[in-house]
Amino acid sequence: MSLKRLSLLIIIALLALVAVQCGPSPTPEATEEAAEAPLFYAAFATPIEEPWDGVIHAALQEAADAGQIQYEWTDDIGYAGDMERVLREVAETKKPAAIFGDAFGNEEAVRRVAADYPEIAFVFGSGLGPADPNLSVFDNWIHEPAYLCGLIAGGVTESNVIGVVGGYPVPEVNRIVNAFIYGVKEVNPDATVLVTFINSWFDPPAAKEAALAQIDAGADVLFAERFGVIEAAVEHDLYAFGNMSDQYELGPGHVLTGPVWDMRPTVQYIIQQVEAGSYTAMDLKDFSMMAKGGAYLAPFHGMEEKIPADILQLVQQREEEIKQGLFRVPIDEATPPSSS
Amino acid sequence: MDTFLVNLIAATLRVATPLLLAAIGETYIERAGVLNLGIEGMMFFGAFVGFFVADVTGSLWLGFWVAVLSGVLSGLLMALFSVTFGVNQHVSGLGITLLLGGLSLFAFRLKYGGRSVPPSIEPFPQLSPFKDVPVLGTLFEQYLFTYVAFLVIVPLAWWLLYRTSFGLNIRSVGENPEAADAAGVNVFLIRYITLAIGGGLIAAGGAFLSLAQLGAFTHGIVSGRGWVALALVIFGNWDPVKVMWGALIFGGTFALQLRLQAMGLNLPIPYETFLALPYVVTIVALVIAGRNATYPAALLKPYRRE
Repeated sequence: MSLKRLSLLIIIALLALVAVQCGPSPTPEATEEAAEAPLFYAAFATPIEEPWDGVIHAALQEAADAGQIQYEWTDDIGYAGDMERVLREVAETKKPAAIFGDAFGNEEAVRRVAADYPEIAFVFGSGLGPADPNLSVFDNWIHEPAYLCGLIAGGVTESNVIGVVGGYPVPEVNRIVNAFIYGVKEVNPDATVLVTFINSWFDPPAAKEAALAQIDAGADVLFAERFGVIEAAVEHDLYAFGNMSDQYELGPGHVLTGPVWDMRPTVQYIIQQVEAGSYTAMDLKDFSMMAKGGAYLAPFHGMEEKIPADILQLVQQREEEIKQGLFRVPIDEATPPSSS
Repeated sequence: MDTFLVNLIAATLRVATPLLLAAIGETYIERAGVLNLGIEGMMFFGAFVGFFVADVTGSLWLGFWVAVLSGVLSGLLMALFSVTFGVNQHVSGLGITLLLGGLSLFAFRLKYGGRSVPPSIEPFPQLSPFKDVPVLGTLFEQYLFTYVAFLVIVPLAWWLLYRTSFGLNIRSVGENPEAADAAGVNVFLIRYITLAIGGGLIAAGGAFLSLAQLGAFTHGIVSGRGWVALALVIFGNWDPVKVMWGALIFGGTFALQLRLQAMGLNLPIPYETFLALPYVVTIVALVIAGRNATYPAALLKPYRRE
């Protein structure tokens, strides 16, 4: 039996697998009527099942379904240096009107490629600033609805202990958690907010264990920055808040609401600018905030009955004030204390 | 403080369960002389297959047993490569982890793609035999799999390995396959059987995560638990009972650090210190216990009749 041949076979099989995992995902064929629409490409560092990139993907997919753009994408590019290669290939071969994506962990690569293709609009999620002439940045500025969730949490807690389980204490997470705490303290200065980080974006069993530990420490309301926490709330019949999308279906009767990020206003703005030929590099922050519909509270699904009337009224009042620019939720990107 | 301790012990048993199932599975396999680096992929595949079948058919038990079956088949695939073809076990094992990981995520996207939240099901309930008794009630409120893992799987593995001729055959195949072969033991068959048993247990560990502990499936549901189980086997010196202690130490420090974080002490040390605790403790324990480690002598060596 030729061992070498078999080893070779396995190596080929492995390489094929790697190619399948790294290669571009299948994208729907462009329909004929959409042939006129500009091509938008998306390059995601994580799988699209990850909620952050999932939000961007959903907004672009919706625009494509409406015939506004042609849309192609690649995901799970990772942080090992493939982002630059993928972007250059796409820019050279597909010549899209715009490329969306997330630049976290790939900031320098994205900026290098953008500078070489000034005719393409680069629109990337980033913790840094925009770069002339063509790199715009956006981020999930959902601290406003997170603050509103804090108001509700402070109002519904009976034990006066509230638990938050987060991924990593990066600015995007910190400002959500800090705004949430700010809201809690506004209505309930005596409440304690426990914050646990699990150092993973995707480890639901660990997130659930962290939430269970907070429940053991007295928490009776949970803020699920990560997946896995709502399951703990369901198990112990407690209230919870989702994050990033409407997560009511993970815990019907338990999920009160949650901050939702909506990339549609950003995507619509870029489509307009690209079509008008007036696209410029800018910080698109405002398009991810409440005033422009880029952030909002998830639907209550009837759970507003569980919220005290005066709290609900305060939430609605603040929501209006935020939208009209009369109230500003402070942005605090420092790591929240483990207890406050 | 009492409730703290009771809650901690209850959480320890829960956290240790998937690690224990996978580590005992790996113990069978390594005792017969095969290093199964497919363990991480097999757990992930078990978690996915179990969830998928349970979601489609509505039966948690059907999902669980199909997951076990998927683990048996994954083990046999590993056996085909590492036993029949004699491929380098590092290559075949890591290949299987990549293959099963990619396959699970591909199938996951086909079935559940385009959702903003992961799919979920009603998970296995916890048993509470002492429902309203203060301390015992909390301690014994566990999943059926936790009971089975600690009270059946571990003693059974010990008994099989050390008190039956089947176990003697496994150990002799892992120590000296030439001598075992000369004595009439079918080395290939023994390794196939242990990979089938081990694969089933490893997949059961994965299915525990998706069907009992969480009731959902997402990326990262296993998150390196397979590799931890692999380390526990070395820690336990390939002895099921010692492997169990290893799983308890890791599970215990994992549950403890989450509780220390949840105490909200605002200590002047970074929270990562707590997160690193289980790994630090395991490494230290490994270093201490590993000094006397006696590897199965034939580990990593494909057997070939001269």
